Amino acid sequence: MKKLLAVFLAVFMLFSLAACGGGEEAKTPDNPVIRMSTTTSVNDSGLLPYLLPVFEKATGYTVEVQSAGTGAAIQKAKDGNADLILVHAKASEEAFIEEGYGVERLPFMYNFFVIVGPAEDPAGIKDGAENAAEAFAKISDTESTFISRGDESGTHKAELKIWGENVPDAEKEAWYINAGQGMGACLTMASEKGAYCLTDKATFLSNKDSLNLEILLEKSDDMQNVYSLIECNPEKLDGINTEGAKALIEWMMGSEASELIAEYGKEQYGQALFYLEQ
Amino acid sequence: MLMNMDRELLQIIGVTLRMSFFSTLISCLVGMPLGVVMAKSTFKGKRTIRKIIGTFMGLPPVVAGLIVYLLFTRYGPFGSLGLLFTVEIMVIAQCMLIIPVVINLTESILSVNVKGLTETAKGLNFSKSKTAFLLLTENRFSLMSVVLTAFGRSIAEVGAVSLVGGNIQWKTRVMTTAIMLETNKGNFTFALALGIVLLLISLAVNILASVMTKEDIK
Repeated sequence: MKKLLAVFLAVFMLFSLAACGGGEEAKTPDNPVIRMSTTTSVNDSGLLPYLLPVFEKATGYTVEVQSAGTGAAIQKAKDGNADLILVHAKASEEAFIEEGYGVERLPFMYNFFVIVGPAEDPAGIKDGAENAAEAFAKISDTESTFISRGDESGTHKAELKIWGENVPDAEKEAWYINAGQGMGACLTMASEKGAYCLTDKATFLSNKDSLNLEILLEKSDDMQNVYSLIECNPEKLDGINTEGAKALIEWMMGSEASELIAEYGKEQYGQALFYLEQ
Repeated sequence: MLMNMDRELLQIIGVTLRMSFFSTLISCLVGMPLGVVMAKSTFKGKRTIRKIIGTFMGLPPVVAGLIVYLLFTRYGPFGSLGLLFTVEIMVIAQCMLIIPVVINLTESILSVNVKGLTETAKGLNFSKSKTAFLLLTENRFSLMSVVLTAFGRSIAEVGAVSLVGGNIQWKTRVMTTAIMLETNKGNFTFALALGIVLLLISLAVNILASVMTKEDIK
């Protein structure tokens, strides 16, 4: 028993030593865990796994990322389970702040949604549509199959905004499929059914190889997709790691992160996936 | 709160019950005869088969869903049937999960009195199929609980059905995938309300099961 204890102690001391060995740059902060609630698109595109290790190494913080649809991501923060959020649904973000849960909305990067579909393009979007609203009208006119996220995510809200008052009724219109699933699952379904789908470009490009889909429309103004950071309000919610949230936001808005974000995707896809907010 | 989506909720419950009913029916039609064979006869490799069935009972639903998905994907071996994202394919995935359970439970229920019964049947000069039939009818009440267990498993499953069914509104959305969706939306209270509805259905099924097992003991 004593022997065992000695071994444990020795191991423990070794680890403590190793922890000290990190030296000047990574002093562990008092409250080292930062909880970030974000949407699937940011996490699935690989951006956070690419950025955060750099931040963690520089500051000694550990960032725990929970990813879900924007609706759930915001709800988790409202329940006090996050220190900051990174989402892309302006109206919900403003409501979040209005209700006192968030401190300030900081738009820091954007990209574009794209409309993907089968190469045959039965609705004639590639050559016939100037913007997303026109493309959607063509899809609706030709009753071509369209997969909707239907999960109140940022992407779903963007889709509804493009439809405007002409949102198809999923019960009556068989071509309008309300999938109620994540981006990846919806793209797979679109590929299977030869259907159209609105997606963020990053998720599409990172799944492209397994999909029989092509980008048919991109970079139209009505498909801009702005991501914001919001620090959760410690006056409203208990147990918020304010220092951590501030440190992470400051770093994300800083020059080092900006350079990394601007470079992200160029190597793998030959193009940037996110652009910085000017 | 549940009243708001009355019509859609009823439709979802309808799809759920339809899927569970057919999964249970097919699983029992396939699994019970195999369970009888496992209980009644001795043959080489029986222990190995039992081990395989035991392993398949532990098959994670998502894996079952994945296998079915790969079989029925557009360019898969059965892709031309166009079954992906339908209730039918959800039943297929469910059967994969439930049949091993039905075989196993049927065997363990029947093995209790299989010896005495087959000897009696032999004495009366019954044919093999008649003996099997007798075995099933003698144990009909405990076998009812197998049916209900199968139903309970089917109604509560989420991983496989969301993968192959796709959670499509007005088509393949069932209680469990609806709960998952509402959770993803952040509507935690509504998701919980749906969970309670599902729980009540399960409760009814279980009460039925326990009543029937008791009858058998009498």
